[in-house]
Amino acid sequence: MTTFQGYRRRNGSVGVRNHVLVLPSVMCANHVVDRIGRALPDVVTVNHPTGCAQIGADFEQTKRTMAGFAANPNVAGVLVVGLGCETNESKALAAEIAARGQRVEVLGIQETGGTSATIERGIALARELLADAARWERTTCSVSELIVGTECGGSDGFSGITANPALGYASDRIVAEGGTVLLAELPELVGAEHLLAARASEPVAAKLYELIERVEERARAMHVDIRYGNPTQGNIAGGLTTLEEKSLGAAYKGGSTMLREVIEYAQRPSERGLVVMDTPGQDIEQLTGMVAGGAQVVVFTTGRGTPTGSPIAPVIKVATNTPMFARMRENMDVDAGAILEGTRTLEQVGDEIFDWIVAAANGREPAAEALGFRDFAINRIGPSF
Amino acid sequence: MALSEDAAALRLKDDDDVAVALRALAPGETVRFADGVIVAHTAIPGGHKLALRAIPPGGLIRKYGQVIGRAIAPIAAGEHVHVHNVEGTRGRGDLAPASAARA
Repeated sequence: MTTFQGYRRRNGSVGVRNHVLVLPSVMCANHVVDRIGRALPDVVTVNHPTGCAQIGADFEQTKRTMAGFAANPNVAGVLVVGLGCETNESKALAAEIAARGQRVEVLGIQETGGTSATIERGIALARELLADAARWERTTCSVSELIVGTECGGSDGFSGITANPALGYASDRIVAEGGTVLLAELPELVGAEHLLAARASEPVAAKLYELIERVEERARAMHVDIRYGNPTQGNIAGGLTTLEEKSLGAAYKGGSTMLREVIEYAQRPSERGLVVMDTPGQDIEQLTGMVAGGAQVVVFTTGRGTPTGSPIAPVIKVATNTPMFARMRENMDVDAGAILEGTRTLEQVGDEIFDWIVAAANGREPAAEALGFRDFAINRIGPSF
Repeated sequence: MALSEDAAALRLKDDDDVAVALRALAPGETVRFADGVIVAHTAIPGGHKLALRAIPPGGLIRKYGQVIGRAIAPIAAGEHVHVHNVEGTRGRGDLAPASAARA
């Protein structure tokens, strides 16, 4: 059994970071959140353009994403800042976060008396949260308690030959240790769904087919070929010709174990093992959805060179080819191109990725984290009203 | 899986219609697999595909032993296989009947 030193939270989940998060419940609070972050560089802040004039499933998904993200065990405490008149009412969001076992404070700009008063009060509350966070200590935890998100972005013709199969090898090791692996980006499973369904129970396979049909139905409703947007121009320049070709390469990330569950965007898995989450292929929305679903560590393969990183979870970058790894050295952590160069085997690179996951869980910062990335975007499934 | 003699190209499954160039191939360059020889017609960038056999228009194209698309032009053995001669068969909302267009 592989162990690491993590933070065991009150709700039993295990964190690999100890952040204090300042989260706007609505875009109207972004400025105040930024100013609190400027005053206290030790807190993590995010900005987003959502939280108001949203309805139905779209609003539910936005709220679920914010609550799940704030309750991720990599976060020790949260300050929610709202305006006061928004759809995504800040006190209700804070209650949702607290219900998930997270320490949370909340402020409304209208109730507090304007911008400056809220910044001042917010700095004081965030200081208290930082002091509380400092009391947490790392303790021995098991890899079985990890949810590892897998992602590919800026894929090329080598993704399905080097980085994704090597990540799949690492995914199988995580699952063998009792841990959980998220495979996502549903549009990039179109054309490979039958391979996953063959490794799933009948209800799980049916759910997967339903989600894949939902992706293609959206394309039909818009009357467009998905290839206009995915594969992207960069994917095409890298040698990928069709969506199904990209998918067949992408599906390798999840490894070869049984598919245990298919879940909605930003939903927390209820099963361990390999789980598919319904996210778009858009990198930041996918990353945010997986972290909101509880992923503490993410492994991201890239052929063209995608620098993205999460505000609260380490994101390990695996290059599909050595020339890009060398060109974008500061953004990359693992060179899976070594498989093509013949200097390392797929299994050796897979072991290196597994070791990186454990090292990141122990506190080692991968490139995207050391560079300070705070990418955050919530997948919208309906228009603003 | 089959690697060509000097690791210039990789055929992922034995019955695949395409191989992946592992480095840039020059026009006229010979790629030797244990069971056959292919001459690259045009320059093939690394990571891109070359046809291992002739494929007629409408013919399905296999890589990883799976269908990755359909030829939209005649493809000769050794030719660059990409968006100019292959279309996807999935996610093709553009092929939906006009009445299905809502957005």
